[in-house]
Amino acid sequence: MIASELIWLIFLLPVFSFIIVSLFIRPSVKPTSKIAGYITITAISASLVLSLWTLLTVMAEPKHELAVPDFSWLTVGDLTIRIGLMIDSLTAVMLVVVTVVSLMVQIYSQGYMHGDPGYHRYYAWMSLFTASMLGVIMANSLLLIFFFWELVGLCSYLLIGFWFHRPAAANAAKKAFVVTRLGDFGFLAAILLLYTNTGTFNIPELHEMAITGVLAGTTLTWAAIGIFAGAIGKSAQFPLHVWLPDAMEGPTPVSALIHAATMVAAGVFLVARTFPLFVNSATAVTIVAVIGAFTAIFAATMGLVMNDMKRVVAYSTISQLGYMMLGLGAAGLALRQEGHVTLELAKAAAAIGIFHLFNHAFFKALLFLGAGSVNHATNTFDMRQMGGLRKVMPWTYATFVIGALSLAGIWPLSGFWSKDEILAVTWDTQRVLFTLVMITVLMTAFYIFRVVFLTFSGQYRGSDPGSHGQEHDHTTHLHESSPVMVAPMVILAILAIISGFWNITGSFDAFMGHGETRSFASGLFGIFTHPLPWIALLVAGLGIFLAYAIYGAKWLSAERIGHIFRPLYIIFSRKYWFDELYENVIVKLILLKWVFAALEKIDTKVVDGAVNGLANTVRTIYRIALLNGIFDILQRVDGTKIEKANGVIKEPNKNWWQVDGIVNVMANGVTASGEALKKTQTGQLQLYGLVIGLGVVAIILVLYFAG
Amino acid sequence: MNLQLFIPELTLAIFAIAVILLDLFVQRKGVLAGVSVAGLVISAGFTLTMWGSEPQTIFNNMLAVDSFALFFKLLFTGIAILVILASVDYASKLTNLQGEYYALVLLSVLGMMLMAAATELISIYVALGLTSLSLCALVGFLKDSKSSEAALKYFLLSAMVSAVLLFGMALVFGVTGETQLSKIAQVIQAMPLTNITDNPALVLGVVLLIVGFGFKIAAVPFHMWVPDVYEGAPTPITAYLSVGSKAAGFAVILRIFSSAFGLPEWLSLNWGMLFAVLAAISMTLGNVVALPQTNIKRMLGYSSIAQAGYLMVGLATVGILPTADVLGQSAILFFLASYTVTNLGAFIAIIAISNKTNSDLIQDFSGMIRRAPGLALALTLCLVSLIGMPPAAGFMAKFYIFSAGVHSGLLWLVIIAVLNSVISAYYYLRVVKVMWFGEPTSTEKVFSSGALRFSLFITSIGVLLLGILPGLVMKLTEAASKMLAFLP
Repeated sequence: MIASELIWLIFLLPVFSFIIVSLFIRPSVKPTSKIAGYITITAISASLVLSLWTLLTVMAEPKHELAVPDFSWLTVGDLTIRIGLMIDSLTAVMLVVVTVVSLMVQIYSQGYMHGDPGYHRYYAWMSLFTASMLGVIMANSLLLIFFFWELVGLCSYLLIGFWFHRPAAANAAKKAFVVTRLGDFGFLAAILLLYTNTGTFNIPELHEMAITGVLAGTTLTWAAIGIFAGAIGKSAQFPLHVWLPDAMEGPTPVSALIHAATMVAAGVFLVARTFPLFVNSATAVTIVAVIGAFTAIFAATMGLVMNDMKRVVAYSTISQLGYMMLGLGAAGLALRQEGHVTLELAKAAAAIGIFHLFNHAFFKALLFLGAGSVNHATNTFDMRQMGGLRKVMPWTYATFVIGALSLAGIWPLSGFWSKDEILAVTWDTQRVLFTLVMITVLMTAFYIFRVVFLTFSGQYRGSDPGSHGQEHDHTTHLHESSPVMVAPMVILAILAIISGFWNITGSFDAFMGHGETRSFASGLFGIFTHPLPWIALLVAGLGIFLAYAIYGAKWLSAERIGHIFRPLYIIFSRKYWFDELYENVIVKLILLKWVFAALEKIDTKVVDGAVNGLANTVRTIYRIALLNGIFDILQRVDGTKIEKANGVIKEPNKNWWQVDGIVNVMANGVTASGEALKKTQTGQLQLYGLVIGLGVVAIILVLYFAG
Repeated sequence: MNLQLFIPELTLAIFAIAVILLDLFVQRKGVLAGVSVAGLVISAGFTLTMWGSEPQTIFNNMLAVDSFALFFKLLFTGIAILVILASVDYASKLTNLQGEYYALVLLSVLGMMLMAAATELISIYVALGLTSLSLCALVGFLKDSKSSEAALKYFLLSAMVSAVLLFGMALVFGVTGETQLSKIAQVIQAMPLTNITDNPALVLGVVLLIVGFGFKIAAVPFHMWVPDVYEGAPTPITAYLSVGSKAAGFAVILRIFSSAFGLPEWLSLNWGMLFAVLAAISMTLGNVVALPQTNIKRMLGYSSIAQAGYLMVGLATVGILPTADVLGQSAILFFLASYTVTNLGAFIAIIAISNKTNSDLIQDFSGMIRRAPGLALALTLCLVSLIGMPPAAGFMAKFYIFSAGVHSGLLWLVIIAVLNSVISAYYYLRVVKVMWFGEPTSTEKVFSSGALRFSLFITSIGVLLLGILPGLVMKLTEAASKMLAFLP
């Protein structure tokens, strides 16, 4: 049993380390000192121990849930918001994922970030990120999740732009922030919609209402779609996927933690957390499945052709997140087909996607750390400048290959187990999507082994990053990374091998689903009684073989193949022109240049022709309308000053003065101090007055015709 | 009549006069700022002692002393204290006229207090006049060409709009025969109206009132003075205008529209929707035009138009929900409080920075995190709050007001509002990006006076406090809003 205070500590420890590092260490200690790293690592280690303890406690509980007393945060009138923790099997699993990967990344960063002038800042943000991420996982209300959801986004923003002297990094940071906020808009709308319909933000209560059918129909569907919009943004699913590849401008450990293992998976987590809401809407689960499957193959195609090692892994992340979404959506569809929905069954269905998240976190973090290790030696991510690193960096090579095998889904590594679960449930429900992801399996194996062969086999193709003279041999400056970087990679490699074993008899599903399971796995070898793993292994093996044939053994020329598939190559390498579409066409061309410029002009400059035309029209309208009398009165009030006005306004437009009535009224105001106005050399004031007048008329007309 | 209830206002008037007189004798002008702040603190203290007592009226029902008025009085004195603290560096440049500067700030606070308390059309008009005149003088205080232009524009448009307002009031008086808000309500209630067009004069009166106050709160299409005046005015006064003047406008609108026009079903339904439409236009135009701005004061000017749009979501709610439900009113008051600390904080940080750089251009804030980490951090916090992100105050404020909107069935408007906050993230973040990720234009550190740093500290604490523990202030706003139903 674990005390609830200790559960709170899981979240609070990284908060403390953030406060200590940012308030006390950063201003007073030199960046060369490693103290900030030690503080962060200690805090997160303690969190990890507590998380494991929580996991064991939750496993021992018969209902796989821990009750933690919550407290009231806000009580005003009818609005009562309570803050509390929700500790169930999903939370417990996620806690372990986040703390393990975070700890590995913090240790690795001791080597990777050593000597960086922003070392303390780095650890401060990393602590804050870890705390916020734990907050997302543990929160028991949607509002609180949103709160931390935005905080992880903010940390991601700050960490992507960590090396702010690079313009690309600063732009990538902003892009990530704005694009994900588009999705957050849907999430917030969904929260408001759910709150006004149910009066609660509490997730267990919402589960209950969704399962019992209190919450149903279009409200539920729209709420689920809104939540999924938030998940699309955070998990970089199509069509909001554009920010993640650019986010690779951040330090590589950041990419490993935030943009591979945890934050981007928060979208998947969110869907799983609210899964009882999804399963009761056929539309919502179908959307999740289709978007997931499409993103999986869509991102994989782009991963095929990238030359930047880190970007290949980034596209692979988007693709794998698509798998997870597909796993959730397809399991939801399967559950609906069976027709019987309970809370336990819904949670067991969500387990399929979450199991892939669990495994993916380890092997993908490993791949990123491997890429970082290579970069540490070569100073580049460009695979055309690499090759032959197997001999120089044996540890990096070995661990990277383990990660790659796991990603490709090779038995008995972890990726195999979770990927096949997704394939199986897709086969049961949607054959078209199954075909798509089967092709993706081929691509996945191909692109990741393309990286392996290009980077580690053959001859070194780059220039020696360390030497400027000729006296050194090429490879003397290439070196294996320090033990502080290798150790986390080895630990993650071990996890990438064994983490899948949790579900070889379906026990992960049973844990998540309170005894219910959808898993078809039946033991380490028993799974081969099913035909699907054979096919999947064959396809993945083919992908690896192709990569070997082209990049390892060079039986086939990459150039020739690239030439044959040139149109496809161009489409993939230009990323389907999505960046151009979003940035140039929408933002710059249509919106920024055109609309903004026009609006600003209307709003601040004198628009002669248009305004006169408008004024003439208005004059005609209001003369006909009832309100003529009012303006006569107004005119009479200021009537004596009309004569002066002509001399005051600089170069009065002739038409302007034909617009009597309303415009005269405005102009009369101007006369009051004409001399001063002359100095300003503008004619804007009349326009301002005119707009106010037009506003009055417009409101009256609207009320008159609408009322 | 109980004159004790008028003490906060009297205190301010006395101190305003005292400051002008002192100016003649005192050499160290810093004393004047101290005396003004003391006056405001004393006035706020008197106001605080009245909190929680039964609502009363003074001067033959012309002014109400209720929690609603007291809430705004506290807000205004708080704003003025911070503005004066932020002005100390600024005003020292104006060697001759410092006494007038502080006295005018005190007088404008007096006007705003009366605006919040007035329950009768004529007093509202008089209070508005006092406020506008003092503000006009303050806007033109720099006496350079930009500042004079701004003052003149503000003056002329204020004059025009106050004519419109007076005309509206005259029409309402003509139809109902009353100037007392509660009595107007009774007369309207007794009218056998079935359709909005049955009484065009009354409708016109209401519309003209909306126009008059729409100018005050900078709602589109009565907003056009905002960017020019904000840019030209001394920056502390811009800060003051952006929060004080707006809050006073909302105080009057809430007072009038929850009492005088709150009752008849046909009228309330229509003005609620009218505010909804104005809200949608205001926030969209404000945000979209803020995007290409290069001057941070102009940008915040357009941003304040957008924020007025969010606030009007609350007004629309007031018009649509039954009068007993004060969710909309309370959300507006909370939003105003949060917007006040946020926007003041942003402006104070800008004052500190541009005092040194002598520029309001966004590009000149480049790399500010390394030249002035404290200021840049505080400004970032305020901008994050303006975007409406947790854990800053802006998030809770938006959340509260949007949930009021959804509650009253205005889902379409809330969707527009949330989309707008996505757009707004873009231009607020541009400043953050420049400050954090840009190269500093010089290595020189930016220092600021103690008063300024103190006021910035207070606003930053306020932003975080309202964001993390909003319950404290929400209780006050709810108590204040309930008063609107208890008018004499």
